[in-house]
Amino acid sequence: MDYRTVLTTCTYCGCGCNFYLEVLDGQVIDTIPCKTHPVNEGKLCIKGWNVHEFLQSPKRLTRPLIRRDGVLTEATWDEALDYTVSGLKAIKDAHGSDSIAFLTSAKVTNEENYLLQKFARAAVGTNSVDHCARL
Amino acid sequence: MIEKVRERVRDLLSSGEVKGFLGLSNKYGNTGPHLFCDAEDLDGLVIGDWKGPGDARYTLNKQLIHIARKYPDDVFGVLVRGCDDRGLKVLYTWNQLNPEKVVPVGIACSQELADACECRKPYPDDFVAGEKVEGRAFASVARLDALDVAGRFEAWLKEFSKCIKCYGCRDVCPMCFCKECTLEDDRLVKNGVIPPEIPVFHLTRAVHMVGRCIDCGLCNEVCPADIPLRTLYKKVADIVDEEFQYRPGQELYAKSPLNILMQPSSTG
Repeated sequence: MDYRTVLTTCTYCGCGCNFYLEVLDGQVIDTIPCKTHPVNEGKLCIKGWNVHEFLQSPKRLTRPLIRRDGVLTEATWDEALDYTVSGLKAIKDAHGSDSIAFLTSAKVTNEENYLLQKFARAAVGTNSVDHCARL
Repeated sequence: MIEKVRERVRDLLSSGEVKGFLGLSNKYGNTGPHLFCDAEDLDGLVIGDWKGPGDARYTLNKQLIHIARKYPDDVFGVLVRGCDDRGLKVLYTWNQLNPEKVVPVGIACSQELADACECRKPYPDDFVAGEKVEGRAFASVARLDALDVAGRFEAWLKEFSKCIKCYGCRDVCPMCFCKECTLEDDRLVKNGVIPPEIPVFHLTRAVHMVGRCIDCGLCNEVCPADIPLRTLYKKVADIVDEEFQYRPGQELYAKSPLNILMQPSSTG
């Protein structure tokens, strides 16, 4: 029997609420907000309370998928990246940089957001970059 | 105080009487629930007094249920205060825990905590540390009862309207173990709609606390909107006590009045 309570930070937004993930024999079964943490002081929003549900969900994406003939098929990272790069280049050449927009996320780190906006502005050349929390 | 608890837990673990002890631990710089399995490794064991008395209490009974469901034949120890002790009695009555597989290690709460909780019995039946202090009456309920009906209704609607529908009150409650929760039934509480319908959500929960709520106050502490849920459930408990002379957790295996009302009457 292996029962653990693991303190971790919520991935859902930039707040950074902390909770313990209750793990029993390798299965994440529940979320317990941390009462002594200064950010959330033992409270959580509904997304934080249900973090344990998606963590080991069979519906999570584990490999890149490319739509081929209308069907999402598994691809390698190289294939996916080549497909994306050639696609973006083609659109940029045909319709200009402003025809491409980027949507980033509150669930990724500040550094990843910086990277994407740099890619959008410097590499692709568009100002159209925004973030799921603004929607 | 903590030494007496550690001593008792050390005995339980080293003698093999329990497979593990569910208590609280200082780890990663914070206090949270932890299953202690090693009699030599109890330095991190704490009782939940972080900056003030009882401010780092958790629903250990709920975690115990999770473990016991998967390992029903093993015996586990658990840290209990007066409220947890009441909770255990109700959980035994509702068949969520087996009293033969649970060894509670009790601690009595300080007067300061008993006052803050307005706790009627701030100590378990048996405890290894702390001293019995006086129980307190529900002053927060009395304050509301002093208002007239319109005043009370307005006060409660104002509180309920702060609700963000996080379901924290339900998720943290050690007495909430239903597989299908009424609060998720679309006919009563529309799924995906925020804010929840006021006061349906809160009154539904309050009615479900009849015969169940053991007044631990964790719902109050978990509410991000600081809604005084505990006061509402205390009032519910008062009403039930008045009508049926029943309070959850007072007597082992005493059935909740709702349980009796649901059974078909032999007299028709």
